[in-house]
Amino acid sequence: MIIRREYLTRIRKKSFLIMSILGPFIFAAYVLIPMYFATMEDKEEKTVVVIDDSKLFTQYGPQGPSFVVPETEYLKFIIIEGVSLETYQAGFDETGYYAVLFIPSNILASESSLIYSTNQTSIEVTGYIKQSMEEEIEHLKLASHDIQDIEQILMEVETSLNVRNIKWTKDGKTQESNTGVIMGVGYLGGLMIFFFIFFFGSQVMRGVIEEKTSRIIEVIVSSVRPFQLMMGKIIGVGLTGLTQFLIWIFFSFILITGLKAAFFPELNQTPTEQVVSSDLFDSGAMNPAGQAMMDEELDMVEEIFTSLKSINPAVMIGSFLFYFIFGYLLYAAMFAVIGSAVDNETDTQQLILPVILPLILGIYVMLSAMNNPDGPLPFWFSMIPFTSPVVMMVRIPFGVPWWQVALSGSLLVGTFIGMTWVAGKVYRTGILMYGKKNNYREIWKWLRYSS
Amino acid sequence: MNLITADAVVKDFSGHRALNRVSMEVPEGSIYGLLGPNGAGKTTLLRIINQITAPDEGAILFEGQPINSDHRSQIGYLPEERGLYKKMKVGEQALYLAQLKGLSKSEAMKRLKIWFEKFEIGDWWGKKVEELSKGMAQKVQFITTVLHEPKLLIFDEPFSGFDPINVNLLKQEILQMKKNGATIIFSTHNMASVEELCDHITLINASETVLQGEISHIREQYRTSRYLVTFTGDREKLTGGLDSRFELLYMEENGMGQKATFRIREGEGSGDLIRNLVEITEIKAFHEILPSMNDIFIEVVNDASKKN
Repeated sequence: MIIRREYLTRIRKKSFLIMSILGPFIFAAYVLIPMYFATMEDKEEKTVVVIDDSKLFTQYGPQGPSFVVPETEYLKFIIIEGVSLETYQAGFDETGYYAVLFIPSNILASESSLIYSTNQTSIEVTGYIKQSMEEEIEHLKLASHDIQDIEQILMEVETSLNVRNIKWTKDGKTQESNTGVIMGVGYLGGLMIFFFIFFFGSQVMRGVIEEKTSRIIEVIVSSVRPFQLMMGKIIGVGLTGLTQFLIWIFFSFILITGLKAAFFPELNQTPTEQVVSSDLFDSGAMNPAGQAMMDEELDMVEEIFTSLKSINPAVMIGSFLFYFIFGYLLYAAMFAVIGSAVDNETDTQQLILPVILPLILGIYVMLSAMNNPDGPLPFWFSMIPFTSPVVMMVRIPFGVPWWQVALSGSLLVGTFIGMTWVAGKVYRTGILMYGKKNNYREIWKWLRYSS
Repeated sequence: MNLITADAVVKDFSGHRALNRVSMEVPEGSIYGLLGPNGAGKTTLLRIINQITAPDEGAILFEGQPINSDHRSQIGYLPEERGLYKKMKVGEQALYLAQLKGLSKSEAMKRLKIWFEKFEIGDWWGKKVEELSKGMAQKVQFITTVLHEPKLLIFDEPFSGFDPINVNLLKQEILQMKKNGATIIFSTHNMASVEELCDHITLINASETVLQGEISHIREQYRTSRYLVTFTGDREKLTGGLDSRFELLYMEENGMGQKATFRIREGEGSGDLIRNLVEITEIKAFHEILPSMNDIFIEVVNDASKKN
């Protein structure tokens, strides 16, 4: 009954509907907007004045002297000769130029040049100049050794190695995987668990506070046990969350297939692509047709899909659901305790911090786990129940020994049971306490007092 | 047969004792008043009976059995601090609460319709609780308390927040429920309603039981040997001819005639006073002034606090 009410009242809310529809877009926006900002180029045209005392970087063409570093669309260079830096500094503001690049005459020995400007020069500009000049100096130095055909030798030496990860599966087949994609899947899973715990955990907390402030709690706990009420609330909210997630996944699937159809129409015509994608969403079974696709000219998109296929979807989805549900349950119990201990939402801040700290820690460890999924730090944090849901998610796609998963899973379940037991006790006392600001010492007292 | 027996119940909160060995026997089919000043421990006792909190010592028996979770569905509780889900619709909420108490949905629906009609609130069904006034919400809450027709009804300050018309409506309902066999415990400060409704009372002051018993016995116990006489005749003659065993406390005259209050010294009977008065005046009415529960309440509580 309680589960049903918690579930239905939340699902019927307008905000639920809105979030369900907008969720994927917002999520996509969270991912895409920073990417967009990061790639967005500075569109302002900048002119950098170059004073080249070394004369090594000045080319003399029909239009007069010019800088050897090629200009870009937004970055222009002007070579100025016969002017000392000091005299230029005095009148620099009026010129409207972006910066002055000073190349000393001993640049080859000192390997440093100076950029003067009234504003902080952007990393982009500095980086571009630095890289181009480095190349130029390397060329100059090579040339000074006077080796024949040096340019040609260099061209031949230059190598770009493409390392492809092939996994041997148990049944003797090979699978290609892309570490980046696997990392992305784990990262997404961990991040989703984090958001889910945080968002729906605090909904549980708000629900408890609502019952407390509206004083209906007394009526309810005279009808059912406080523990039943707490669990009912936690499970009800959890189901709401799962429903929302399913809707999101459904929408995202439509969105992705829609986008794919719009941007990569040619892909849809290759039968393998369809096999791979349907395979991915249908079951964990390996399709032999997919194996045959090991082709040097694997398209980027196809590579992603094959990489995804190297992660056993059954294991991935299963462990995701497991950590998702138990991680949520563990934290929801703690959030319920906080809700029971306070009278209104503003008092929750100081109590929440110790609870979400391990979660945030989990996110940091997760980031480091992405580089080294089997290192000691990710290992221990994927065992600790408070961080394991987030950290383990990023490790699983790389393949984790089953005993580790089992250990971390049973630790998580054990802690969840213990935490719920503790939470039930504190909750029972807390929900009837009014008009007091409680801290963790007080909560500890309730725990001992009621036992 | 006692429906509820509280046996030396003790409840401690950090630092202070809320209930100190409080015992109480609530006979089946009675209306039991739980009285006491604010903070005496009434609500704590009611919460213990409702199994919201557990006693530190002592026990609660329900029909002679230690009370347990199965008894929850046989109890209806109206807490002092009223509360409903503000965002939930009245009808849905009433259905939900009824189902928590073990009623089937269809049965709850049927009974709710009857009650909503009785209280003339049928058109509130689809309203949210936050749209109702305090008094309206109280009505809804009262209905949800009694809807499952429990054996035991516990009302904590049931009349607070109601206007006189609705107080009367509520009293009628409470008496009706008693007639139907329910046992009712209620706590209140409203002494007039105690006299009107209760068969038994327990008066708790500062966590202790200070007065307990059937209400008629208690009033007997606290009688002050005062009599009110309505008479016609000469006032001078009355004062002059009064025996020294009797004391005239107060005399007044209004349109209905003259009234006088007498006190009899200890050991004397009221018959002697009548005989004395008959000689000196014409008696139209004669009756004993029993102390009101209000007077008893104040007296007992003041006495108890003097002792401490």
